[in-house]
Amino acid sequence: MAIEISEKTIKHEFIEKINELSGQDIYKCFQCGTCGGACPMSGQMEILPRKIMRMLQLGMAQSISELETGWECASCHSCSVNCPRGIDLARVMEAVRLLILRKNINKIEPSRLPEDVVRELPQIALVAGFRKLTS
Amino acid sequence: MKVSYYPGCTLKTKAKHLEDSALASMAALGVQIRELPRWNCCGAVHSLADDDLIHHVAPVRDLIRAMDEGSDHLVTLCSMCYNTLARANLIMRDDEVKRKTINDFMTEEHDYHGEVQVNHLIAFLRDTIGWDNLRAKVKVPLGGMKIASYYGCTLVRPKNVAIEPVAGQIMNEFVETLGATPVDFSANTVCCGSYQVLAHPESVADVVGRILQSASDAGAEALILSCPLCEYNLLKNQDKLLRSGQIGRRMPVFYFSQLLAMALGLGPESYRPDLSDAASVEFLKSKNFSVESAAMRG
Repeated sequence: MAIEISEKTIKHEFIEKINELSGQDIYKCFQCGTCGGACPMSGQMEILPRKIMRMLQLGMAQSISELETGWECASCHSCSVNCPRGIDLARVMEAVRLLILRKNINKIEPSRLPEDVVRELPQIALVAGFRKLTS
Repeated sequence: MKVSYYPGCTLKTKAKHLEDSALASMAALGVQIRELPRWNCCGAVHSLADDDLIHHVAPVRDLIRAMDEGSDHLVTLCSMCYNTLARANLIMRDDEVKRKTINDFMTEEHDYHGEVQVNHLIAFLRDTIGWDNLRAKVKVPLGGMKIASYYGCTLVRPKNVAIEPVAGQIMNEFVETLGATPVDFSANTVCCGSYQVLAHPESVADVVGRILQSASDAGAEALILSCPLCEYNLLKNQDKLLRSGQIGRRMPVFYFSQLLAMALGLGPESYRPDLSDAASVEFLKSKNFSVESAAMRG
């Protein structure tokens, strides 16, 4: 995939917002890929967290919003405890999700969950899922 | 030392076997823990955004209620509740600015500064009763059971709330104290996929397959845990994983407290095999543990 990088494409406001919400400095990432190696969900991810970090550094707000990676994260903190640069990636992924959820967009629709699933799931699954995946 | 107990939503419904076995065991050990007279959902997950303080209010309210009871400790059984309460507690203890904002917002409660200690029951057992005392009270040693301890994520991550610095010791010590044989396996802290069961159930099934097969390859006969969501994910997917060949056999799954109640010589009304799945019940039968009682049949 060819990526055009110029002062016009780099969304500085987006980068600042991610840093502010997450309390992390995304420029610390040096692309070692430890995060993806530690991630239990990485087998199913179209783009690994390392690449998301690079896209964040390049301010690619639109491209990131179209990816599924942040929505596959289970906030398990495996990436965070293993990052050699001390970046809490779970917080970065939360910031990526929140910038979308705060536009009043839901990733899952509670009313459309199958009735039998809702009946048998433990409450913590529903509370946690709604907290992380709905606005 | 006064100890309050925070059950959380799931322990009153889907994870009744976690609560019943733990409370019966604590009574048998002579440890008094009182359920908070009033409590609310902890929120299940910790808010990770710096500007999102409102979601810390729920766990902090529970912590204030424990303080108002005069308790030094708030003990939890559910791993997710433990994580959420412990992390909110650290914010209130260590972050002056956020503490002030949250305290100012809660006008009807007393100010809170992290006065209460949040403990998971397994760490509480080690630190207050001690393994030697617990071993002396074991009436039915679980000899011959090969048990893998599954921590998942919320007992061990992030590091500032981990129940031990490097995961793998405390639950093995617990298993060994009950007379069973601990089995180490490499996936013991791999996340089960958690709430992604709502959005990406296929990813959850995939990672659950790896966890179960890792425990099985290490020689475990059964697996213990303390999180109702891990229990759901690890049990729910076994049929499908067996069919697809991702796991070679069924893995019985228990709450750690069920094994505790069994080892203390308590009856099935305490360790609640009636709430376990068929493979787990068969495992108990094979080890000569009763799986039904008059009360349950009634």
